[in-house]
Amino acid sequence: MDNALVIFFGADRVLFVFFGTEVYMTHLIGAVLYIVLAPFAGGLIAGLDRKVTAQMQGRHGPPILQPFYDVAKLLGKEKITVSNGQDFYVMCSLVFMVISGAFFFAGSNLLMTIFTLTAGSIFLVLAGYASNSPYAQLGAEREMLQIMSYEPMILLSAVGFYMATGSFNVGDIVTSGRFVFPYLAGMFAGYVFVLIIKMRKSPFDLSMSHHAHQELVKGLTTEFSGRTLALSEIIHWYENVFLLGFVFIFFANGEPRFIVLGVLVALVCYFVIVFIDNSFARMKWQFTLKSAWMVTLVFGGGNLFVLYYLRAVFQV
Amino acid sequence: MSIKKSPWIIHYDCSSCNGCDIEMLACLTPMYDLERFGIVNTGNPKHADVFIVTGTVNTQNIPVVKQIYNQMPNPKVVIAVGICAATGGIFRGCYNVVGGLDHVIPVDMYVPGCAARPEAIIDGIMKSIDILAEKQAALDEGVVPEEICGGYIYEGEHDEHGTLITDEDADAAEEEQDVGATPDQEEQE
Amino acid sequence: MGIISLLILIPIVIAVLLLVAKCDKLRDPIVIAGGIVIAGLSIYFAVTHFGIDVFKPWSGESVDFFGFAAEAQPLAESVGNVMMVVKVALAILVVVMGFKYRKPLVIVLTVIQTPLLVWFETTKGRTISVESHINVDNFSLIMGLIIGVVGSMVCIYAVGYMKDFARHQSEGKDKRPFFFFLMFIFLAAMFGIVISNNMLWMYFFWEITTICSFFLIGYTKTDEAIRNSFKALTINLLGGLSFACAIIVMGNYFGPGTLELSAVIENGVMFQSQMAAQGSANATEPIVSLIAILLAFAGITKAAQMPFQGWILGAMVAPTPVSALLHSSTMVKAGVFLIVKLAPLLGFNTAFSVVPGFFIGPGFLVTFVGGITFLFASLAALSQSNAKRVLAYSTVANLGLIIACAGIGTPEAVWAAIMLIIFHAVTKALLFLCVGTVEHNIGSRDIEDMDGLFGRMPRLATIMIIGIAAMFLAPFGMLISKWAALQAVIDSGNIWVMLSLVFGSSATLFYWTKWLGKTTAVVAGKESIEEKVHYSEWGILGGLTAFAILITMTFPFYSRGIVVPYLIGAFQGTSERVFTSLSMDNMVIMIVMVVLIIILALLFYGKTSGRVVPIYMAGVNEGDNLTFVGARQKDIPITLRNWYLKEMFPEESTNRIGNIMVYVVFAIVFSYAAFMGITLYGYVIGGGF
Repeated sequence: MDNALVIFFGADRVLFVFFGTEVYMTHLIGAVLYIVLAPFAGGLIAGLDRKVTAQMQGRHGPPILQPFYDVAKLLGKEKITVSNGQDFYVMCSLVFMVISGAFFFAGSNLLMTIFTLTAGSIFLVLAGYASNSPYAQLGAEREMLQIMSYEPMILLSAVGFYMATGSFNVGDIVTSGRFVFPYLAGMFAGYVFVLIIKMRKSPFDLSMSHHAHQELVKGLTTEFSGRTLALSEIIHWYENVFLLGFVFIFFANGEPRFIVLGVLVALVCYFVIVFIDNSFARMKWQFTLKSAWMVTLVFGGGNLFVLYYLRAVFQV
Repeated sequence: MSIKKSPWIIHYDCSSCNGCDIEMLACLTPMYDLERFGIVNTGNPKHADVFIVTGTVNTQNIPVVKQIYNQMPNPKVVIAVGICAATGGIFRGCYNVVGGLDHVIPVDMYVPGCAARPEAIIDGIMKSIDILAEKQAALDEGVVPEEICGGYIYEGEHDEHGTLITDEDADAAEEEQDVGATPDQEEQE
Repeated sequence: MGIISLLILIPIVIAVLLLVAKCDKLRDPIVIAGGIVIAGLSIYFAVTHFGIDVFKPWSGESVDFFGFAAEAQPLAESVGNVMMVVKVALAILVVVMGFKYRKPLVIVLTVIQTPLLVWFETTKGRTISVESHINVDNFSLIMGLIIGVVGSMVCIYAVGYMKDFARHQSEGKDKRPFFFFLMFIFLAAMFGIVISNNMLWMYFFWEITTICSFFLIGYTKTDEAIRNSFKALTINLLGGLSFACAIIVMGNYFGPGTLELSAVIENGVMFQSQMAAQGSANATEPIVSLIAILLAFAGITKAAQMPFQGWILGAMVAPTPVSALLHSSTMVKAGVFLIVKLAPLLGFNTAFSVVPGFFIGPGFLVTFVGGITFLFASLAALSQSNAKRVLAYSTVANLGLIIACAGIGTPEAVWAAIMLIIFHAVTKALLFLCVGTVEHNIGSRDIEDMDGLFGRMPRLATIMIIGIAAMFLAPFGMLISKWAALQAVIDSGNIWVMLSLVFGSSATLFYWTKWLGKTTAVVAGKESIEEKVHYSEWGILGGLTAFAILITMTFPFYSRGIVVPYLIGAFQGTSERVFTSLSMDNMVIMIVMVVLIIILALLFYGKTSGRVVPIYMAGVNEGDNLTFVGARQKDIPITLRNWYLKEMFPEESTNRIGNIMVYVVFAIVFSYAAFMGITLYGYVIGGGF
């Protein structure tokens, strides 16, 4: 991504120095583009998701821009609330999610990005807890379980990138000139698996669901309404763009054709996840945790060993 | 106005033969596909704009209806689907039936039928959207409708509508008993 | 002998004063003044030794090892004699206690190690000349600061807390003089451990902390307390035995014999670099290896690593300040202190091996025990609802992480270990004290009973939220150190520890978040009961919270000014350049995020203006958010409970699996050590060395 930006904007140069940190032109552009464009991209993806889902179910489905209408409507609604803390936590969650994605698209450290993302998710959980509502709290607890399920795999993927390219910096990874996917195939498989959990798609939509299984009402978001609910939608948009960006860096290495490939694979992944979403019933939480950790151990751990031996024996 | 493109509904079934209930759900099937209008059945008053009530309202669920109504953020519209919700239907006059949803909460739209057909329900929702837009415009100008009283209130005695009986109310009720029939009873007769 | 010994002497003086002071009016000022003096003293020593350029970018001078006491040999000898007498007296006391409560294992362990050491000291020990009894480097001073500042804060907190405690336990005579005596003696002993270089001295202080801990756990004299105190004593005596063996090996087989830790480390490092020059990386001299194994084992028992975690869990019966001081922020840190000191001798070969990470030796022992403990203690914490047990398991897990880092033995890993020690000490002390205050006010230490804490004790809940967040959430210090640890583990190529770290961290997220959630939940109908809290408790809780935030905000400064110079001194060939992996800009970003959260909280917290509606309960909320209308119009209260995953992660099985894995590691390492011991012995008898 950095490279593509360099092509567009000419040579990379240091814009200013912030506490000893050199902020590059491309870094800033990446972050700003993400902050400005991610909601649009994320909203469009969500709209496409709903359209494709409807088509898979033999329905006509809503307009593609439907998510934007929804959010615009929610922003105009009356403010109602159940407790004082809730809005603060949702706001924190949004801020951390945006920061996390901005770091990612600025080419910053992958681990830091993941930690910030986790903090964002935790704030959302707290928003659920703060209401002290039975449905919201149950949703929050399940969300916590989902975080616990996917976290190891996401961390291991970052480690995989480090072992394959020698850097945690997204900027270095995407300009490494090395096609890392063959080295990280297991990681990729594991990551896509936990992506289903992270995106709260069936069969792992425990904490909240856009489908009509409503034993938890709307789970985590039950007590959100109006503006707060709109913010939580926007959080999902930002989050989804970031998560697909993560798929992208498995392929990107600075060459234009691989950039195209990365975008295509990200979209295909999303399509596959939507397809799985529509073909499975919800599983129990035990299955979520066990399968996710098992996949992490087998695909992530296995891949790690392969990388280790490649590095140690062949000095790759 | 974006609220016209995304009216989310909550559906509450008071008590009935479940005919309208089933037809309501039929609206969501591929045959009718409510979602093409951006309509989502949320099942949660906090997210909903349109309150759809089927079945006849009885004394036991009056507070429930009121509470769900109050928990919806403005602007909101109420649709009474089916003849039971509209007037009490064949249950009208029963000891526990108040007769029509409009005795309990303000209703914006009536969809007749026994059971109401999905086409009619969709028509009703689409028509109510204009009212929703009007209310949104009023809300934007700062007019916030008040909550209606009722819904469950903790402790204390409740009357048959689930409303807390205060001392004043109790006095008033005694006076009414002296006078004779309450206005409600008169209406039913 | 160096003015630094004031750090040991002043707490002893205060302790004796407190033993005599029988009434509150006398005791309170002594404890508070004593605490302030000790904290001030430790800060004074730290500042004078660190130099003033803490706040300047690091200038590149190496660490200075202060060698005291070369000119005061006779004094040191008499100090040694006093220590031996006290040691014997304490051993007799322990044996008597053992007989009284019929604990044969305690007697056996004491009867083996004390005579052994007395014999050694009076024979071979006499002939060994000790260059420096005391050795102060930046790491000891950091530990000194933790002990001095956090320790005395906990002591001051105990003033108010123990008043309540004595009120709750009205029967029997007031044992508070003895309590405060032990607390200050303990502080003295901790200072002793971190500045001793003479291993006999360190052993002496080490045993003092064991005995203090024993008496403090058994403070309430209930059956459970006595049982747990003996458990702690047994395990720590086992570690003491290993320590004693290490001293004897050092004295008899290490070249001409030495008692100095620094000598062993320097020798080992020199050997390593010689071997590295010959092309075999990371080889350790066998005798050094043996000593390191024995000392590391002592550290492992003290740090309550699996399979010894039982003693620290049992220790939670003690009054909360004891848990905060001994069992989370300082005493258990003595174990990790020793292991981190040994870090240059540990370490792994990053070159290829058939199974990654398996190089049998002290590094293997420490890394694997730490890694296994981190994972399984984190999983065990999932099923706990008792706040103190959650904290205890979390302590065990974090200590596991610290010693795993030390076992990795690279400068980056040790950087992470030291940072973890600092952040953990402050934050854990804060959390323990929070739980203590909560317990006295709501009458329970169960997280489930902290329902609606935000309504009942808003200020305390806020402090607790900050404390919990500081334990695991970006952008606080603990997370930054964990990040550094992860980075160091990856660089070392130890995949096993990496996996344990990754899974353990996820479990950590779960158990902290659910506690955090319980604290943040706003439950209707709760009245504030905070005004009953003693002023000293507020002062200390507020102070520790500010401290926790401060150390997160300023850590790049002391990392550069204090920790990195220590590492450059301890690890040969380390330069500041090594620390670019966790670069400055990332740290700055983290600090900016802390500021951001504070701003967000000020802007948004509780500022929602909107219609307040009842929570959704399918339309049958009675309006108070606490009850709903059930069948037949019955009022049914709602209860919300947290999720403990007890079927999936039962405490017994996580502990059992962890223990078994650690036993396997022990079996491998100790058969290796025994083999080496026998060969060495044969070598010595055959006239080697």
